[in-house]
Amino acid sequence: MSATNAPGAVSTAPSKKPGDAEPTDRIRKPRSLKRIFVYVLLSLGLLIMSAPFLWMALSAFKTTSELTASPPVWIPTEWTLDNFRDLLDRLDLPLYFMNSVIVAVLVTVSNLVFCSMLGYALAKLRFAGRNKIFGLVLGALMVPGNLMLLPLFVLMSKLQLIDSYAGLVLPFAAGAFGVFLMRQFMQSIPDELLEAARMDGAGEWYIFWRIVMPLVKPALATLSIFTFLGSWNNFVWPLIATNDPDKYTLPVALATFATDPNKAGGSNGMLMAGSFLIVLPVLVVFIALQRHFTQGIATAGMK
Amino acid sequence: MSTTTGKAAESAKVQAGPGTAKSPAAGPKGSRRRRKPSLGMQNMAGWLFSTPFLVLFLVFMAVPIIATLVMSFTDFGLRNVTHPLDANFIGFENYTKLFSDEKFLKSLFNTAYFVVVGVPLTIFLGLAVAVLLNNGIDRARTFFRVGFYAPVVTTIVAVAVVWRFVLDPSDGLVAGLFSEVGLTAPDFLGSETLAMPSMIAMAVWRNVGTVMVLFIAGLQAIPTEVREAARLDGAGVWQEFKGITVPLLRPTMLYATVITTIGYLNVFEEPFVMTQGGPSDSTLTVSLNMYREGFNFFHMGYASAMAYVLFVVIMGITVLQLRLLKDNTK
Repeated sequence: MSATNAPGAVSTAPSKKPGDAEPTDRIRKPRSLKRIFVYVLLSLGLLIMSAPFLWMALSAFKTTSELTASPPVWIPTEWTLDNFRDLLDRLDLPLYFMNSVIVAVLVTVSNLVFCSMLGYALAKLRFAGRNKIFGLVLGALMVPGNLMLLPLFVLMSKLQLIDSYAGLVLPFAAGAFGVFLMRQFMQSIPDELLEAARMDGAGEWYIFWRIVMPLVKPALATLSIFTFLGSWNNFVWPLIATNDPDKYTLPVALATFATDPNKAGGSNGMLMAGSFLIVLPVLVVFIALQRHFTQGIATAGMK
Repeated sequence: MSTTTGKAAESAKVQAGPGTAKSPAAGPKGSRRRRKPSLGMQNMAGWLFSTPFLVLFLVFMAVPIIATLVMSFTDFGLRNVTHPLDANFIGFENYTKLFSDEKFLKSLFNTAYFVVVGVPLTIFLGLAVAVLLNNGIDRARTFFRVGFYAPVVTTIVAVAVVWRFVLDPSDGLVAGLFSEVGLTAPDFLGSETLAMPSMIAMAVWRNVGTVMVLFIAGLQAIPTEVREAARLDGAGVWQEFKGITVPLLRPTMLYATVITTIGYLNVFEEPFVMTQGGPSDSTLTVSLNMYREGFNFFHMGYASAMAYVLFVVIMGITVLQLRLLKDNTK
């Protein structure tokens, strides 16, 4: 698994590559100048990529005086948890965390089931209208989400689903991307296998649930990761579909806190602590499962 | 969830009737034996498997898309949220108003600025990193790839908050870098001319990883024999890149450009969190403008017209890109 290279990736974090590169290798074949240049270039790029994260992580543990010091202090001299304490006093993070988890889990599960079902039908069942439905899915992939926001809000108000989990989950319960992904994977399952099962009298539901789904576990894993993360990071709809702070998801709570001068009061320390708490779990999950991520992106992109 | 599973397993045990493909709601019934499955059965199963998605799609996507169009021809306002049918048809008034609305025109311009500068930068840097990772080095590829992709997966709101602080003229990271070389950092997000470029920098930073992964996949799909043949024919690095890599990467380039453009045309979170559209609307994007008109001022008919203009622009540009980039392949 990717777990083997993940810890290494973390510990070597932003340090330069060429210097501490493998010495045995250098003895065997002299490294060309060009290659060293490429390593330096990439390391520099990586430093730029990770700088905001490092700055956030370090700042979350700074004291107020160090946060506002000019010129800015890079590494806190005395590490403090005050920012986290203050933030937790003012913001009910466990509640928002639970809201985000509940919504993301529901969205993920429903996507896994519904997208797989349609993916299976599109990949393996001959039925009238199949091509039209696939066209619909492709079309849905292209429609920007912002186009639906206004009537969705009206619809949810009418259904009295504003400030409810259902209101947060339903619009994302089955995404076109998931259908597309599952169809791509399911197409590679040999038809003979399904034919054989049908000959033995297995129904389509049985075939789908007991034969196809176990075979596409890697695809399901990829889809779960993407859907969960998409929901976890989603902002616009939760912003619109919640008025009651008790139903805020993490990003909405953080944004509301950050853009309201009365609340955050310009306290960058608290904001960095909050960002740290939201971003850290995502980064850890990503590093642990990075192989599935890149695979998923590539699958979607390669058609 | 588990009830569905249980039901499926149960009905499967009962010798799995022929038409077992029922929607999750339907109970298990009808377990006649049949040897040969008919095409009619598959037809029915196909539709039953499609139903859940189609219902959700219809209610939460198709209907809203049409409703937005209808709303854009009305004076839909706050009271219509409870009484949608009371809205009045006003024809193209919203649309004509849009194109004399300076705020909207400015948001259109800002969005175009964001796309025109941001997309090429993102594509170019993503390609550069991908090529360097794929051909330039032999070790630590995963490590670099993870590093460049990490910003993509992080919560945009948190990241925008962080960038606001990074760019803070008094205590930010960039201010620190400036003071290190004896300069005073400008107020990036507080300046009408610098706010948008700052936001573009952040967007590029965040999206390079996606493009990089796409290009890496594209590069790995190029057969090594093609490269070797070129090298045997005496092609240099640059010639190989121009003559082989670029043409063979066209499909990837097309996909990457299209999705990046669509993403940037919709830009919302960055200005919402970092600048609230300011200073003096210099970072007000179409999406943010629409959000404000719709959900702060409840000019929902007007906002719907905005959404449709943006939609048409996105469709137009996507089609244009598909055409331009595809024709070049031949």
